[in-house]
Amino acid sequence: MALRHGRGYAAVNYPTGMNLGGDPSQALVHATTMGGFVVTLSSVDLGQGLRTVVAQCAAETLGIPLENVIVDTADTDTGPHCMGTFASRGTHRVGNAVIVAAREARDVMLQVAADELEVDAEDLETDGTGFVRLKGSSEKKIHISEVALAAHFRQGRTISGRGIFLKEPSTPVPETGEMDPDSCQAHACTVAEVAVDDETGVVEVLRLYNAYEIGRALNPALATQQVEGGAWMGLSHALFESTEPYYPHSREHGPVDFTEYLMPGPADIPAQTSVFLERPAGNGPFGAKGIGEMTANAPIPAIANAVYDAVGVRLTSMPFTPEKVLRGLDELRAGRAG
Amino acid sequence: MARVTPIDTAYFKGERAGDFAVIGSAVPRSDARGHVTGRTVFFEDMTLPEMTHVKIHRSTRHHALIDRVDVSGALEVPGVLRVITHEDVPNNWYTVLRLIGVGPDDEPVLAEDRVLYRGEPIVAVVAETEEAAREGAARVAVGYTDLPAVLDVEEALADGAPIIKQAGTNHFVYEGHHCRRIRFGDVERGFAEADRIIEGRYSSSPIEHAPTEPTGCIVVPQGDGRLRIHTNTQAAFFTLDNTALILGVPPTSLRVVGGTVGGGFGGKVDVIVEPLACLAAMLTGRPAKYVFSRAEEMQVSSPRAAERISIKDGVMDDGRIVARKITLYVDAGAYSRHSPYGTTKAAAHMPGPYTIPNVHVDAYCVYTNRTPSSAMRGFGVTIGDFALESHMDHVARELNMDPLRLRLKNAYRDGDMKAHRKIASGTALVEVIQSAADLVGHDLPPEYRAMSSTERSEG
Repeated sequence: MALRHGRGYAAVNYPTGMNLGGDPSQALVHATTMGGFVVTLSSVDLGQGLRTVVAQCAAETLGIPLENVIVDTADTDTGPHCMGTFASRGTHRVGNAVIVAAREARDVMLQVAADELEVDAEDLETDGTGFVRLKGSSEKKIHISEVALAAHFRQGRTISGRGIFLKEPSTPVPETGEMDPDSCQAHACTVAEVAVDDETGVVEVLRLYNAYEIGRALNPALATQQVEGGAWMGLSHALFESTEPYYPHSREHGPVDFTEYLMPGPADIPAQTSVFLERPAGNGPFGAKGIGEMTANAPIPAIANAVYDAVGVRLTSMPFTPEKVLRGLDELRAGRAG
Repeated sequence: MARVTPIDTAYFKGERAGDFAVIGSAVPRSDARGHVTGRTVFFEDMTLPEMTHVKIHRSTRHHALIDRVDVSGALEVPGVLRVITHEDVPNNWYTVLRLIGVGPDDEPVLAEDRVLYRGEPIVAVVAETEEAAREGAARVAVGYTDLPAVLDVEEALADGAPIIKQAGTNHFVYEGHHCRRIRFGDVERGFAEADRIIEGRYSSSPIEHAPTEPTGCIVVPQGDGRLRIHTNTQAAFFTLDNTALILGVPPTSLRVVGGTVGGGFGGKVDVIVEPLACLAAMLTGRPAKYVFSRAEEMQVSSPRAAERISIKDGVMDDGRIVARKITLYVDAGAYSRHSPYGTTKAAAHMPGPYTIPNVHVDAYCVYTNRTPSSAMRGFGVTIGDFALESHMDHVARELNMDPLRLRLKNAYRDGDMKAHRKIASGTALVEVIQSAADLVGHDLPPEYRAMSSTERSEG
């Protein structure tokens, strides 16, 4: 009886966004009197950082500091339509809509600035610190707070923009399944290293290595949190979770709280080493692909394959409980004895 | 300081170019400070005068006709204000995708003459306190005549199985077909040409989203007659539009306020709590709160579907996969919710990120007498990836081949035709495999090292 070690691999892709009856999201952007820029949405930030990432998209497009951007969202009286936060669509759809809206607002901002500076708008640029300036000039410039005040009180213009991204509907061909179901695909390869106790059947995931191709890491810290948090969920799916422990034979004994529905605690979390690759998607915001969901996927088969590498048991039914590992080991021993 | 994963800029160097000021920065998450200081306001943090509470009396049977419903016991409980049955629901259909034309309507908001799963809502009880509502719900008496239950996806499709759906089939009908089909090349010819046939069968059990914060909402009647819905929905307009359809009110009479969610993972996409909480508020003229208990969250709210997936591969001795046939069963439980779409997504994902010239997929969305399953992170794909990538390892072992080389040999590249007849572009499977090999010091021979997603130079 011993701890036996193994390594397993899995490589996956994942579609960004859904496509059923069309998949749209909208955004509005407007400037306040002193040069704040409000991004108005109805999208929901689930804690993954959608508000943060779309603020980055708006600041980058407007050419202004991030601190000048406010995101107001998830109120259907004020925010334009968003399909919702699911299907790895939030950053892609809402990011794109915000970029379109911010571009329109930027054009007005530059025109207002041009009229204040008495130059052509095409000759202006933003410096990212809050100024609109004559290209290449350090003296001929105007701060966005002055631009916004001029728009409100002298020129009578609204510095604003509207944006929508729509993935158009695609109906599958019934006979062949021909369809256009996604906007792009992100990619991942995960390597799992496990220790299997061949006496208790307990699988411990020691280390996970992840290589993710995500188009563009708009915010590499948030992307890292997706990868590491998703791997935790994948590990949990692989080793612990079910609402019906005797599925499909019995509907009984379903857990009703977290003392019965087991999930990994801090001591079960493996060390993780990851790397990002970027192959920007032509239709993504600054090339970004959606990775919100896929991060739970590759760890599951990587763990199953690592268990096989460790003890020769092919786990074909999730979750990989100690009971299933022990039954597999028993079968192997019976096979050898026979 | 947040941990930041490094970007390997050696891959796709020419495509990555770009000069950004804010994009690519590790800007702190805007909600992080509020979460760690306890200042984030979740919907349940609201305290309102005259708040009422909604609890549900649920089916105790897997499949049964309802003979009688007696609510008199509930109404005797001090603090119970009223009960809500299907007769009080203006449009008693909950079919979340009917906004975009997906039907048929198959799920009642509150059960009418039958129940199709244990836990199906029958009566909602509105009370002054949560305790009174719970006690009232417990005192509702329902008489049943049991019907045969179907709890296995393959038994549900077998000849002679009891038909549990009034639409007439125990599966969703895809434009006249029993399943969502993918047909590409000629899979039987591929099997005939293959050196070996390698098969596998993979399955999973239902999984709970397990959010820290259970699904719920508080509905507040406004002075102008509108209802303000404070909810942790993942989709504000989904919730608003579906609630308006069920209540039969103009959408402008509702306002959804949300955006702070203690864990979603796809579990807060079904519109279950808002319509009944709105009805409670309309019928009592008082704020109403309906939030799942942890037990309801785990056993009654939609889980990730259990799936059963068979894979049959035709494989050449050099590792090329020339045919792949997949039969996939999604256990939708008693009602459709998002499962017909998830099953299509599962079919489109096959045969995985590999270019296989002959592919045949039958993906069945099957109804059983279980809690309806619905969307969850990786909807239609997570369990499929478990099956596909376990099977790739199985094939590699059978061929005594390095599992990464097997994947590289079959990896899809730019310009390849996928099984659902979309030309692949922006592919990078080859590169993530090469990169992962680097991370763990897994040796790849030069010809595998030289492979690229952008060109197919190897024979």
